[in-house]
Amino acid sequence: MPKLTLSVNGQPRTIDCANATLLVEAIREHLGLTGTHVGCDSSQCGACTVHVDGRSVKSCTMLAVEAEGAAITTIEGLATGNDLHPMQAAFKEHHGLQCGFCTPGMVMSACDLAARNPAPSEGEVRHWLEGNLCRCTGYHNIVKAVRAGAGDMNGGK
Amino acid sequence: MGNAQGIGAAVKRKEDRRFLVGRGQYTDDVTLPNQSYAVFVRSPYGHAKVNGVEAKAALAAPGVLAVLTGADVAADGLGGIPCGWLVKSKDGSPMVEPPHPALAQGKVRHVGDPVAMVIASTKAAAKAAAALVEVDYEPLPAVGLLANAIAPGAPQVWDEAPGNVCFDWHIGDPATTDAAFAKAAHVVELDLVNNRVAPNPMEPRAANGNFDGANDQYTLYTTSQNPHLTRLLLAAFTLKVPEHKLRVIAPDVGGGFGSKIFHYAEELLVLWASRRVGRPVKWTSDRMEAFLTDAHGRDHISNAKLALDANGKFLGLRVHTYAAMGAYLSTFAPAVPTYLYATLLSGPYDFPAIYAEVKAIFTNTVAVDAYRGAGRPEATYLLERLVEKAARQLGMDRVELRRKNLIRADQFPYQTQVALQYDIGDYQATLDLALEQADYAGYAARAAASKAKGKLRGFGMSTYIEACGIAPSALVGALGARAGLYEAANVRIHPTGSVTVFTGTHSHGQGHETTFAQLIADRLGVSTDQVEVVHGDTDRIPFGMGTYGSRSASVGGSAIVKALDKIVDKGKKIAAHLLEASVADIEFKDGQYRVVGTDRVKAFGEVAFAAYVPHNYPIETVEPGLEESAFYDPKNFTFPGGTHLVEVEIDPDTGVVEVASVTIADDVGVIINPMIVDGQAHGGLAQGIGQALLEEAVYDAEGQLTNGTYMGYCMPRAADLPNFKVGNHVTACTHNPLGIKGVGEVGAIGVPPAVINAVLDALAPLGVTDISMPATPEKVWRAIQAARAGKGA
Ligand code: FES
Ligand code: FES
Repeated sequence: MPKLTLSVNGQPRTIDCANATLLVEAIREHLGLTGTHVGCDSSQCGACTVHVDGRSVKSCTMLAVEAEGAAITTIEGLATGNDLHPMQAAFKEHHGLQCGFCTPGMVMSACDLAARNPAPSEGEVRHWLEGNLCRCTGYHNIVKAVRAGAGDMNGGK
Repeated sequence: MGNAQGIGAAVKRKEDRRFLVGRGQYTDDVTLPNQSYAVFVRSPYGHAKVNGVEAKAALAAPGVLAVLTGADVAADGLGGIPCGWLVKSKDGSPMVEPPHPALAQGKVRHVGDPVAMVIASTKAAAKAAAALVEVDYEPLPAVGLLANAIAPGAPQVWDEAPGNVCFDWHIGDPATTDAAFAKAAHVVELDLVNNRVAPNPMEPRAANGNFDGANDQYTLYTTSQNPHLTRLLLAAFTLKVPEHKLRVIAPDVGGGFGSKIFHYAEELLVLWASRRVGRPVKWTSDRMEAFLTDAHGRDHISNAKLALDANGKFLGLRVHTYAAMGAYLSTFAPAVPTYLYATLLSGPYDFPAIYAEVKAIFTNTVAVDAYRGAGRPEATYLLERLVEKAARQLGMDRVELRRKNLIRADQFPYQTQVALQYDIGDYQATLDLALEQADYAGYAARAAASKAKGKLRGFGMSTYIEACGIAPSALVGALGARAGLYEAANVRIHPTGSVTVFTGTHSHGQGHETTFAQLIADRLGVSTDQVEVVHGDTDRIPFGMGTYGSRSASVGGSAIVKALDKIVDKGKKIAAHLLEASVADIEFKDGQYRVVGTDRVKAFGEVAFAAYVPHNYPIETVEPGLEESAFYDPKNFTFPGGTHLVEVEIDPDTGVVEVASVTIADDVGVIINPMIVDGQAHGGLAQGIGQALLEEAVYDAEGQLTNGTYMGYCMPRAADLPNFKVGNHVTACTHNPLGIKGVGEVGAIGVPPAVINAVLDALAPLGVTDISMPATPEKVWRAIQAARAGKGA
């Protein structure tokens, strides 16, 4: 089994995993970080979204071995101590989550959007979230939350 | 104090933090010491004989602990998966109730029917070994489509159900309905299909079973909307282990929408397999498996006729519906197209006569059961399509035709011709509110603007009603339910005044941890931070029926209120003692017990403390402690209703339908948390629009599901939907203590016909008169082409 060395939420980690192990399996099963979810088997739902070297990636579309040496951030690595990350706080403020299952992927994806586009329009947010499915919220409040969170991340607050 | 966190306050959700930081705990997140994993071998055929299962190679594969089959299930005496509702046919005979073994015995009857269960020490090993199990299938003629199953000479799903008929049921009065049609000035007729959809909560189902042999104790973690019901069915029918030996935990659950109400075979099988292999056994569905095995929704074929007098007043309604059941009867399947569908056919209208016949039909598909709205969306779709057609046929204004026939506010309580009695509503008010918020007056200008862009604009509406909080138990028992439909609550006041509430309802997105904390805050004057709401664990909660049918606030909340009444009353006795006054002189308000008309008070917390430290205490007459339970059995359903308005803009060159606006005005009764209520409406709307424009689970004639992945099944995405305008007009429910009606399903019920009516309105100038759900770009484009060709000819 290959040994894999990577940084996870700022900590150096080494894991043993088979060649066929998906990054999401490594995160959930080997690293025990169950905040990253699996909602499909066709790379469509985005519940598994994490950051790899700062960019959002569906962790079910990547083999764990491809992440050798990479810096991975999962939903668990976003908040600072007790303080929610501005995007997390915006989701709470605007009721951007119900069952919470899509939420980690939504938040990770939204953070990447906000890094690229500090003031996304409603249409830009809806377009960006193309790869993230939510069955609960109808997206209305997610869109609100992402726009507010992007503003807060970029010094709006 | 008038609690700022009480009823009516948009309190931010208490549960959000754990979800936002990745610390939710869903079933698949639970991994037990010595965990093993199960993978199922499932039928690839819609219908086949199983002549044998060869497991030698699988058993020899690395890590494999067991391969279990239908023969093992039978040998160990496991019970079949039961149906929870008995419907009787017109002639009084019981429905055909075929056996439903947990693993196939002799035959498989739909793609995905489980044949064998492979258990191994890792998921990968179980998966690899499952591929080595050889099943000798002998394919049989199958019938995958409802339309084919009702045809003469169709393949038979069950020998004991000739013509594939499960039951042939009716409601209403045929004679008065015939008479109404005989004197009608106009009759409007419509054939329509309600498309089969897959519920698709984002969290796939999962179950983790653990048998602790040393204590003879079973624990099941499962993705359930109602863990007590699952425990009841496991105890009484399937596992046959008494309740006190069986703990069912439904931890965080990632959405349900009905599909996680039912007792599924996998829940039984992981517990049983754990007993067999001596290790905990976890199964997690993948998405394809979810499409094949989660109960689907809808799937009706109907014919409807509306009789009107010369002025457009409704005289009568006649409906004939075929409803697919799938191959096996799921937990509540027979109730959906009968007591949750046909009883709603009066809608919000004053109908002097209704007669409906419903035939439930077996097909070689996964079961059809309750999905968000369950029966009520089907009734609303039928009625609102029919009313719209009537307006067009009679040349009447669509708003005025509805207005003329809506039940008036002064007609409540209103007895329908199909069993229900509506307690209260104001349908004119929600209609007016919706029209105003949608700027209906400005519609013509918007249509002209669309036209100038080369687009077709359409306006569609529906006025609807639903019935929530299915009850009372005695009535549903008389109608064939095999369970009661009350709710339970336990409220525990701790010595320092904080509160734990145990509710039998289950939250899988609805925000009960916040909403119910608000009830406590409102009543006891404590902060919501002082309240913990516990749900989803049969060992911690006395009992419960779970969450579905928008029942949690109206039924579960009422149970909590009843328990709170007892707490407050007991506190009065304690306070009277402490204040040296008589109980009759004590009032409780804003978190304080007060001797009426004086400034002598005891805070609630002081009384709670005294209850647990009873030094100065009326010990002769009052027991120490402050904890009360209550069960609440509602007197009636609740009846939310309202108006949904949709505008669409269609590109005639591509057939793409853009939802330009959605405006709704609902009456969901008293609202505890408007933020959460709006969110529930949004989610329902997205699912309703999904059904109308995007979603359909498509089986072929042989029972293959042709689009069972997110590549094939079109889920609504953010860019498919607009922002929603949500308004409320409240009339308080008359028969529960909170005045609540329920909101979980309104969006999915009201909006589909409004969307289709808007599409047809846009296409009407071209001569298109009908389109079926989902109105995909291809379908719309073809309808436009056909209409143009017809006109040109
Ligand atoms: S699990 Fe990765 S996209 Fe669905
Ligand atoms: S909050 Fe449930 S899937 Fe998005």
